[in-house]
Amino acid sequence: MNQILSSLAAIWGPWAQSGSQPYFWLPDRASTFARDVDWVFNFILYVSLFFFALIVALMCWFVLRYRRRPDRQEVEESPHHNTALELLWSVIPVILVCLMFYYGFEGYMDMRTPPRDAYEINVIAKKWAWLFKYPNGYVDDKLYVPAAEPVRLVMTSDDVIHSLYIPDFRVKQDLVPGRYTKMWFKAIKPGEYSLFCAEYCGSGHADMLSKVVVLEAAEFAAWLREAGDFLKKLPPEKAGEELHRRRGCAQCHSVDGKAGTGPTLLGIWGETHRMTDGSTAVVDENYVRESILEPGKRIREGFVNQMPTFKGVLSDEEIGYLIAYIKSLGGSAKGESP
Amino acid sequence: MSEVAVESPRSAENYLTARRGVMSWLFTLDHKRIGVMYLASILAFFLLGGVFALMVRTELIAPGRTIMGRDMYNHMFTLHGAVMVFLFIIPGIPAALGNFVLPIMLGAKDVAFPRLNLASLYMFWGGAVFFVVVLITGGLETGWTFYTPYSTTTGQSSVVAAVVGAFILGFSSIFTAVNFIATVHTMRPAAMGWFKMPLFVWALYATAIIQLLATPVLGITLLLLALERLFGIGFFDPSLNGDPVLFQHFFWFYSHPAVYIMILPGMGITSEIISVFSRKHIFGYRFIAYSSIAIALFGFLVWGHHMFVSGQTRLASMIFSALTFSVSIPSAIKVFNWLSTLYKGSISLETPMCYGLMFIFLFGIGGLTGLFLGSLSTDVHLTDTYFIVAHFHYTMMGSTAIAFIAGIHYWWPKITGKMYSDAWGKFTALLLFVGFNHTFFPQFVSGSRGMPRRYYDYEKLLPAHPDFHGGHWLSSLGSYLVAAAFIMMAGYLLVSIVAGRPAPRNPYGGAGLEWQTSSPPPVENFTTPPVVGDPYDYSKLRFDPRSNDYVRVA
Ligand code: HEC
Ligand SMILES: [Cu+2]
Ligand SMILES: [Cu+2]
Repeated sequence: MNQILSSLAAIWGPWAQSGSQPYFWLPDRASTFARDVDWVFNFILYVSLFFFALIVALMCWFVLRYRRRPDRQEVEESPHHNTALELLWSVIPVILVCLMFYYGFEGYMDMRTPPRDAYEINVIAKKWAWLFKYPNGYVDDKLYVPAAEPVRLVMTSDDVIHSLYIPDFRVKQDLVPGRYTKMWFKAIKPGEYSLFCAEYCGSGHADMLSKVVVLEAAEFAAWLREAGDFLKKLPPEKAGEELHRRRGCAQCHSVDGKAGTGPTLLGIWGETHRMTDGSTAVVDENYVRESILEPGKRIREGFVNQMPTFKGVLSDEEIGYLIAYIKSLGGSAKGESP
Repeated sequence: MSEVAVESPRSAENYLTARRGVMSWLFTLDHKRIGVMYLASILAFFLLGGVFALMVRTELIAPGRTIMGRDMYNHMFTLHGAVMVFLFIIPGIPAALGNFVLPIMLGAKDVAFPRLNLASLYMFWGGAVFFVVVLITGGLETGWTFYTPYSTTTGQSSVVAAVVGAFILGFSSIFTAVNFIATVHTMRPAAMGWFKMPLFVWALYATAIIQLLATPVLGITLLLLALERLFGIGFFDPSLNGDPVLFQHFFWFYSHPAVYIMILPGMGITSEIISVFSRKHIFGYRFIAYSSIAIALFGFLVWGHHMFVSGQTRLASMIFSALTFSVSIPSAIKVFNWLSTLYKGSISLETPMCYGLMFIFLFGIGGLTGLFLGSLSTDVHLTDTYFIVAHFHYTMMGSTAIAFIAGIHYWWPKITGKMYSDAWGKFTALLLFVGFNHTFFPQFVSGSRGMPRRYYDYEKLLPAHPDFHGGHWLSSLGSYLVAAAFIMMAGYLLVSIVAGRPAPRNPYGGAGLEWQTSSPPPVENFTTPPVVGDPYDYSKLRFDPRSNDYVRVA
């Protein structure tokens, strides 16, 4: 018996003591919505637990009490229907679900009504990366926001439907290609929180992850100023390396020689590549630029047209950094192909 | 006590033995044989879908790559969903069990249109062939929901073949529905008024109405999808000036009612079983019957609850949320009626009853967790997480599939003429119950803590959410228990066919007409016209220990 118990403990233990959780059912509460949503959640939870306990208790009790036994074969007299009872157990649930509807509705209206003075950040989702564009034009793959200030996200997708989900904030909103969707929140405490893609979007759906970084308002302002000209302070190929990571190129292009969704960028500079239409192209400044801005125009043999365009996302300057980076990864033009 | 058996003696030939040979099956017009062929086919697809499910659970048992890469995983979860929804759960109870018992319950010789019935079976096979083609040619990784523009642009899927398959299956479903509606209207014996019909018949009738009205919408939607994919005609893809959210409206306009296509027949079976095994008249017959119809009608008006975060307007979300809550009431009414049926009954816990009670338990959880999703602000947090996955598995597998299994056990003696081992049946039910909850309960917790669904891996999530691993690990272990239970079930049911003791006419003491004929029934269902009475009046049935049968006393 003890052995059985200890092996069961080994199975369930790791789950039961998932220590990082502040509440059993819900994650951390890091936005102003969290309290409201959790209140509704708990209200429904306790009502449900009550009714579930009632149903199961009655069921077990009846089954035990009215079990067919050798000395108890026959049913006892009881009515087939009872309109008063039927009405009672219709009306009580009706009242309860009206309350659930109302509280849920109230919270939802709040979520869908951003304050006028909210700080606005543009979001672009693409397979399988997030880009957050700040008012000064700076773009990052993490969402930095000031604490205690309403933030409004104006979002769209470049390819298929994605969904931006921040569990600790209790917010989620789909990003639909060809239109803008909006959401807003107010973070309440500095820290780093998970950001997931919640709408299935293909191979890399589970890699479409990012972080929300909440900073104190003053810190946020300083960070934005710093980040805005961060790239300018780096040597071009270093800046390109940063961009490769931050703009999601790394999701599809490795720099270790292994092809992923797209070809590796290692050692391609100056190489001659065959295209699906039978032509060939030399990897040079123009080709890379075209690959980034009009990826569907010429497609490298062995790959499919999966790359989204970065038109309007990358500035000419940034494309220049990326070119410098790809150059630095070697290729025959520099005579150092691996 | 003087017992007078009023039934005529068992006839020598039954529907299984009357004619022999493969052709006698393939061209049969007998609803019983068609039902049996449906049952066998549907269970084969359940096995296939189950294998996909085990692949998915095995991949997720540990973080990182376990047995397959990300694309393979995406194919697996999609195929699991598509096969289970289109080839198992939707046709399941109506086409297999409904086909077999509905005419007998009405004391009829067959359904109203036997040829149409056979055609629906061939449509089912035809649609299934397309799914097999999908498996062989390119797989499917769009999710069973086919959301655009993903489904119109992905290069990794045989979307058109899958869509054509589902389109054909839709016709199969419509044929069955037409047949059932006509049968219920025209083939009832004169003595059986609407409110003397068994509740399973009411449930099948309500289901047929939904199938008839909703399935064409799915057909049109899938057709548009195929046209867009084949010819680049813009309906849904924004780069062709289409609207991707429109697809979701169309899709859920069918697929929400479809969940009632799945659950209503399950509720019907539960109503039968709870009453028979309590030997007590079902409580609140009319409320249960009307609630089926209410669910069927309200079910059409709530599809937008799948789209609270899709970008639909606030007004639309408000209306859909309110209507969604209104559908929960008829379901609650049914549960309370079942409980009241148990009260002061004479309850015997044979295998079908174990599953009937399990249905109440699991449907309770599935239904109550639906409240969290109907409420707008909580749905925003919970949708597209494992909370949803757990919720719909409690309703589809925990409720519909369990009711299907309950029904298979309940009518098995009638269908096959053999008794299975009740002891094995109960033990398996227990294992299934433990395994099921072990699999899906942890998913509620992981989901409400933020674990998104359809993720091929969660390794990168672990630094911030170490507890996600535990949830997946428990789930995967549970799924193996479920698999073991199904293997055992297949075992003892198959053994019963070859070595089971012959089934009496009425082993469980049911008062429906199907228990007045021999097991298995003759080709024409009844050799003498059945005596129509209250389908839930057990007072005239007495157990006869010599024949292990319930006999009618005058
Ligand atoms: C969704 C995956 C994806 C992302 C993200 C992506 N690419 Fe691509 N990329 C591809 C694919 C697939 C190809 C090959 C097909 C083609 O030529 O369009 C490709 C081709 C290229 C090529 C041509 C390579 C050759 O060997 O011919 C370059 C250069 C390139 N991408 C650069 C980038 C840069 C820079 C970024 C980030 C700003 C980026 N890509 C982001 C998928 C992607
Ligand atoms: Cu995504
Ligand atoms: Cu629904």
